Amino acid sequence: MLQLVADGLVVGSVIALGAVGLTLTYSILRFANFGQGEFMTWGAYFAVSTLAFVLAVTGGGVMEPLGPFSFGWQLIVAMLLAAALTAILALVVDWLLFRRLRRGNAITLVIASFGAALALRNLVQFLYGTLPEYYSREIQIAIRLVPRDVMGGLRVTPDQMLVIGLTLVLMLALQWLLTRTTLGRAMRATAMNPALARVAGVDVEGVIRATWVIGAALAAIAGVFVGITLQIRPMLGFDLLLPLFAAAILGGIGSVRGAVVGGYIVGLAESLSVPLVGAEYRAATAFAVLIGILLLRPNGLFGARA
Amino acid sequence: MEILPVLNYLAFFMVFAGIFAVMALGLNLQWGFTGLFNVGVAGFVAVGAYASAILTGPPEPERFGGFGLPILVGWLGAMLLSGVAAFVVAVAALRLREDYLAITTFGIAVVIQLVATNAQGLTGGPFGIQSIPRPFVEALGTGFVWNLAYLGLVALVLGLAWWALERLVASPWGRVLRAIREDELAAASLGKRAAAFRLQSFVIGCMLMGLAGALYAHFVGYIAPEDFLPILTFQIWAMLIVGGSGNNAGAVLGAFLVWAIWSVSGNLIREVLPAAEQARGAALQVVLIGVMIAAILVLRPRGILGERATVSRHAGKD
Repeated sequence: MLQLVADGLVVGSVIALGAVGLTLTYSILRFANFGQGEFMTWGAYFAVSTLAFVLAVTGGGVMEPLGPFSFGWQLIVAMLLAAALTAILALVVDWLLFRRLRRGNAITLVIASFGAALALRNLVQFLYGTLPEYYSREIQIAIRLVPRDVMGGLRVTPDQMLVIGLTLVLMLALQWLLTRTTLGRAMRATAMNPALARVAGVDVEGVIRATWVIGAALAAIAGVFVGITLQIRPMLGFDLLLPLFAAAILGGIGSVRGAVVGGYIVGLAESLSVPLVGAEYRAATAFAVLIGILLLRPNGLFGARA
Repeated sequence: MEILPVLNYLAFFMVFAGIFAVMALGLNLQWGFTGLFNVGVAGFVAVGAYASAILTGPPEPERFGGFGLPILVGWLGAMLLSGVAAFVVAVAALRLREDYLAITTFGIAVVIQLVATNAQGLTGGPFGIQSIPRPFVEALGTGFVWNLAYLGLVALVLGLAWWALERLVASPWGRVLRAIREDELAAASLGKRAAAFRLQSFVIGCMLMGLAGALYAHFVGYIAPEDFLPILTFQIWAMLIVGGSGNNAGAVLGAFLVWAIWSVSGNLIREVLPAAEQARGAALQVVLIGVMIAAILVLRPRGILGERATVSRHAGKD
């Protein structure tokens, strides 16, 4: 039981990070971006390349594990580089595609994001192949936090704890950015009323760029987290897309706090449903959550009333 | 006899293109005429294919179904079951903002794929369902003549679907659909219940997709989960967007054209690339479809044919 909760929190962290980006683009650019999952995949694979680069530059080519973790400081640098590259990728896709369609129907943007996601996913497959990749081959010993006779016991690896901790730090930082800085206020104003924001002197195109950068960077970090705790595959992001949408809608579109809470709820629901429905139907749990929220409270837990 | 393999391939190609055209017609009713964004095409096709296979197939000890019913019953069952699945999705998502339907149909396709892969007792799991009966196979054998006969059957179904949709779209019912798509408030103020019309359009479109799935199953004689991956959805979307949504002729033209591009590029990859690089080549083929959707949206949003302007007979006379 405790073990399932812990696993759910790790998965939930990844879903929360991805869902925050999704909810931001959804509220500011006003369309459901089916490409959000692919930013996770690209982030994870970018980090494979940047890690190799950092290791080559610093010499040796071997990563010395950092304290109890399975990876060294090089992976942290590689992750930041990958986040920057993913942000650039998002800006390029926006410049090539979404920018040209923004005046039209919102659904046209959804279709376009669909085509873009398809192209991005298969491009990864083309460039990196389909075999799973890992950042580190170090075997990590899980730490026993709770003995086996108390609620099934609990074993967690230091990597998993780091993922949960870093996610919370990132979310607090984002909350601060959105509520305390000029950029954050501009973003929230644009989300509420783009025309009024423009009249009030907000640089809407700049806000859109900032939204892509934040959303893609968080997605890339989430992708790296998947790579640290599980493995890196071309379908990594696609398989997480349904949980991302479920989390963003559960939290209420546009609500960052909601996306985080929604991410953890979906992660926990998936994890806790495994003994009931079996691991193979895990993804169906996210769908059940989605249908449930659409039927009962379509504006989400933290959403504004329509 | 060099000509027979070519003709056989051509018949094969046309059967597939015809089946895709039926799916594209269903999607055109939903997206082209009603503005409903369905990302679960592959899921509804799969429901139809599996339903017909289970209803008509020979009994198997480890799997539910195998009722050995006539193929026509299987096809009707396929339409019915896809319609039911569409109804469930529509009830949950249609009354909400339009992109929620996209997300929900995406979800149902994922779940259908999970069921197809894992519910061994119903769908045969990853190995799928074999020995799905083929119509007239006793009389015609399995050679070129049979392919040609099946092509005739597909053409008949496609023709019927075309005729029915053209009638529907031109009818008052079709006019209301377009009115709702263009201006829901105006249509509602004339007493048209938008939700009910959308629901009908969505369910009918998905029933066509289910029928197309059954056509596919009885042609190939074997179905497995990997026949209904999201790539199928993308292909149908590419067909509709390239051909021109809102126009049934465009949907059919797009189906033949995109399927031709797909087949030619696939053959090219098989011919040109060494065996070790084929998987990567196939990935590049999908990139091509994705880029094609995006490029058409930016450069020629109407598609090749596009929607015909509908103007009232009474307008603009003087």
